[in-house]
Amino acid sequence: MNLSLLILLPAITAIILLLLPKPSQVRIVSLISAVLQLGLAFFLFFSFTRLRAAGDNAKMLFEQNYAWFPSWHINFHTGVDGISVAMILLTSFVVVAGMLVSWNITKMTKEFYFLLVLLSLGAYGFFISLDLFILFFFLEIAVIPKYLLIGVWGSGRKEYAANKLALMLMGGSALVLVGILGLYFATDARSFDIMELATLSITPALQKVIFPLLFIGFGVFAGLFPFHTWVPDGHASAPTAGSMFLAGISMKLGGYGCLRVATFLLPEGAREYANIIIVLSAIAVLYGAFATMMQKDLKYINAYSSVSHCGFVLLGIGMLTKTAIAGAVMQMVSHGVMTALFFAVIGMIYERTHTRQVDEMGGLLKVTPFITTVFFIVGFCSLGLPGLSGFVAEMTVFVGSWEHTDTFHRVATIAAVMSIVVTAVYILRAIGKTVLGPLKVGFSNLTDAKWNEKAAAILLVAAILAIGLAPFWLNNLVAPAAEVIMQKIAPVAAAVK
Amino acid sequence: MMNQHILLPMHLLQALPAVSAFGWLPALIPLLPFAGFVLLGLFGRKYLQSISGWLGTMLLLAAAGIGYYTAYEYFFVLGKTNGVYQAIEIFKLTWLEFSPGFSIDMGIVLDPISVMMIVVVTTVSLLVHIYSLGYMKGEPRFATYYSFLGLFTFAMLGLVLSTNIFQMYIFWELVGISSFLLIGFYYDKPSAVAASKKAFIVTRFADLGFLIGILVLSFYAKSFDFATLIHQLTTPETATMQSAIAASFLGGSALTWGLVLVFVGGAGKSAMFPLHVWLPDAMEGPTPVSALIHAATMVVAGVFLVARLFPVFNVSPPAMDLVMFVGAFSAIFAAIIACTQTDIKRVLAYSTMSQIGFMMFALGCFGFTASMFHLFTHALFKALLFLAAGAVIHVVHSNEMKDMGGLRKKMPITHLTFLIACLAISGIWPFAGFFSKEGILLAAHEHNTLIYWVGIVTSALTAFYMFRLYFKIFWQKEWNGHTDDAHGEGGFSMMLPLLLLAAGAAAAGFIPFGKLVSADGKPLEEVFHWQFALLPLGVAVLGIAFAFLLYKKQNDRPAKMAAALNGFYVAAKRKFYIDELYSFITTKIIFNLVGKAAAWFDKNVVNGLVDATGSSTQFISEKVRGIQSGKVQQYAVYFLVGALFLAALFIYGWR
Repeated sequence: MNLSLLILLPAITAIILLLLPKPSQVRIVSLISAVLQLGLAFFLFFSFTRLRAAGDNAKMLFEQNYAWFPSWHINFHTGVDGISVAMILLTSFVVVAGMLVSWNITKMTKEFYFLLVLLSLGAYGFFISLDLFILFFFLEIAVIPKYLLIGVWGSGRKEYAANKLALMLMGGSALVLVGILGLYFATDARSFDIMELATLSITPALQKVIFPLLFIGFGVFAGLFPFHTWVPDGHASAPTAGSMFLAGISMKLGGYGCLRVATFLLPEGAREYANIIIVLSAIAVLYGAFATMMQKDLKYINAYSSVSHCGFVLLGIGMLTKTAIAGAVMQMVSHGVMTALFFAVIGMIYERTHTRQVDEMGGLLKVTPFITTVFFIVGFCSLGLPGLSGFVAEMTVFVGSWEHTDTFHRVATIAAVMSIVVTAVYILRAIGKTVLGPLKVGFSNLTDAKWNEKAAAILLVAAILAIGLAPFWLNNLVAPAAEVIMQKIAPVAAAVK
Repeated sequence: MMNQHILLPMHLLQALPAVSAFGWLPALIPLLPFAGFVLLGLFGRKYLQSISGWLGTMLLLAAAGIGYYTAYEYFFVLGKTNGVYQAIEIFKLTWLEFSPGFSIDMGIVLDPISVMMIVVVTTVSLLVHIYSLGYMKGEPRFATYYSFLGLFTFAMLGLVLSTNIFQMYIFWELVGISSFLLIGFYYDKPSAVAASKKAFIVTRFADLGFLIGILVLSFYAKSFDFATLIHQLTTPETATMQSAIAASFLGGSALTWGLVLVFVGGAGKSAMFPLHVWLPDAMEGPTPVSALIHAATMVVAGVFLVARLFPVFNVSPPAMDLVMFVGAFSAIFAAIIACTQTDIKRVLAYSTMSQIGFMMFALGCFGFTASMFHLFTHALFKALLFLAAGAVIHVVHSNEMKDMGGLRKKMPITHLTFLIACLAISGIWPFAGFFSKEGILLAAHEHNTLIYWVGIVTSALTAFYMFRLYFKIFWQKEWNGHTDDAHGEGGFSMMLPLLLLAAGAAAAGFIPFGKLVSADGKPLEEVFHWQFALLPLGVAVLGIAFAFLLYKKQNDRPAKMAAALNGFYVAAKRKFYIDELYSFITTKIIFNLVGKAAAWFDKNVVNGLVDATGSSTQFISEKVRGIQSGKVQQYAVYFLVGALFLAALFIYGWR
């Protein structure tokens, strides 16, 4: 499959959107485009697995490499492995759902959808990039629209949140840029090409300098403790689709970058700082969960819980075992779908009750059974119920982490495992206060989900179930790619196996 | 390498070994209730409301039918090789593979205890399905109720049939969530919501132990598969075993710690002290649910778990002793509380905890068969007690003993069946409980004298509190009959399960259980000592006589008793303040100390630093540039300049 299609399709859609006069046309074209993207992602998935099943063990498939800026050795180099395919699938699911739940946006509809399309373009481009320069380029494309989405269509302290988010993410990007330039100039190859850089033997001393720049830079996106503070405010102020894209896709750009760029290219650096990463992410997991417990606003609940859940991503990466890394990627996919659905449901509830405070709700099960059921499913997914995606990802991280036998790793793993209890507390508390209990006065006339909301929810629930009930397809997609990364990190250990 | 890229489940099915002599049929036992859950869950409310009860019941009937057939085939036709019952894997799918040979599988294994559990679960579930046809009539969420029952039955069957310890954990969580959904079924009652939350969170806390225990055990055994795991951890020659015993932590071997942690999970599910607090509250659920989940099946999952890993527990005496002491203490602790409670369902809940304590300490005393036998008989008579109590509550519209009395004439069938169940649980010959409890006390007698005497005292208490309940419901005063008499005892659908269970509670003791279920699969020779049975029988009769004196007629003796026991009575009535202790720990410490601190720290310290950075940047920019724009583009420029500066450093400074 030609990977450029994944960028071309949103690009063409964006141009068409600018030409359309009516909001209704904008919606429909965006939705059609999103569905086509979903189709492309599926096509990519099946083509990829077919090639792999036929024995094509190249590290990257569907590679394309064009000279873009030859004097600086910048190439438009794209290609995918199992991890990228998983992330692209995730993106396409979230995009369709995001388009669907934004159906009621009346304020500057065209501009809103244009920004969503632009975001998706940035994400696809990022996930297929094999050249650090274009990877950074797409990362930036995915940042700017978020500032506008929150600043223009947001709610609450939106200016504050938008500024904070844009500044922190730009700070992260700046670190990434410095790291990339450092790699470029400090090695003799003068290359931005990931696959080429991966073959170089970069001196450990240089790796130790550049790794933290790249890891913290991408880590800001992924909600790395203590650089996570943009997450709660940013999500809480963003419009529904904005939160969905932010938590579902943008945070995953960070996790993917930490893995593909920082860890893969700088294995010595990764080993050097692994313990710090583990400490920080174990803190994020537990501390995020405890902080969630005290939140009263549904969006803050999900945002803090995202800090906790994304902690598992970085924890898995920091553990540096094949299984833990595979688990980290599965957690990215799982959390992406789950959190998008969670924000979608919160949006649906807010549109009806005009509040997000759990204390002001109660008994919604009686009037909105569909929304409530989805709320149950996504809540159970969050607390790691088997049969839903979160369980699979978290267990894979746990099992992978447990491969280390020393006390430090064991303690960190147990700390992370303990979060499953805290998660249960805050999820059941949120469920109990909003949808269960006696129906609050004034809520008796609420209507259940409309077609677009139902479609978005069903799509994401299907993804959650597909991973939760039959995780082997995702595992088989991701684990070999994780193995490739591990071979780079621990060539000796991998050879023994 | 090739196989790793195969993605479709079709390939997995082809990769299966040849199926056993049972064919695929036993797979239908859990799958039929699951089909009921999916069908009724998706379409029940809108399209199948009127037939949902019958649909669920019919599916369960079919599952039970296949279950009985499988049990017959297993115990009498196919199960034995050379006189020893074998564990037969019906099928096994690789669900999630971490590395070759180290995977979570989904499968079905038949062995004596799993087959016994098929019979228990399908029987009680079927009877509860039938009973609910009458009991839940008129409930607006009838279809949802049956859908949840289907989910629970599926999960419970999946749990007992697991081939893999992680598979068991998966279904373990699923029974937990179905229990949560059913306890909170009357969701507009805040007490029901609170109880369902409590049940899930307490058991989740225990599951933490289970999960870490799995990680510990499987780390040494290099497998999650029960057969491999047990083999690896019980064969002293293997290096696995040596390293698991050699590695020690706080004075215990890794093996012991793994087992203890797994047992914590089992203790949570089985409501053992001190993780029992959720069980009495769980009585907020509909009464048939209490009969199914919180009496007969789910709460014995912990016993089943220990039984499943029995060979491994055998090689770790400290873990075995823990099981024994926790079981025995729970047994007597719960029995004392049961004597003081006034809500009939709570009495039964504490009684359940006490009886599960018997099963646990039986395992701890190496009484494998006795424990399983008691699990089996207890399922029958305790389900019966709950269903009969449900019939009473249905008429009286109250759970409190003070609203009852003299119901024997109004409810003759309920009265008779309840009496049978009381005799059975008290251990009166020839009812079922007599035989299973004898086995347990015999095992305790051979193993540990203290535990034996705890068992004897608890037996007396059991007889006392059960007959206190019996006399208070059916005797004591004349029924004043102010409820509508048209209600009667409930229809055929409610009486049939009572009669069938009563027959079971009366006669199940004569099943030659030792011939079917034993720790090593070899049939046991039945030994029965009349001399030995006299003491337990004697104390049970004593307990009944005591209850007769105190509660047959209204009098002031119970009040005098309570006054004489004074502080102890009050403490027991208040459940020894365990709930208050927990509530102190959770709200005062976890919420107020840890949770609030984390939230405050995040809002003020971490976030404050970020804001401070922002404002100080502004401040500096004001000083430096004299212009304060606050525009993001400008900051972006700073970042770019900074980045280029650092890049220049790398270029010229690094080399």
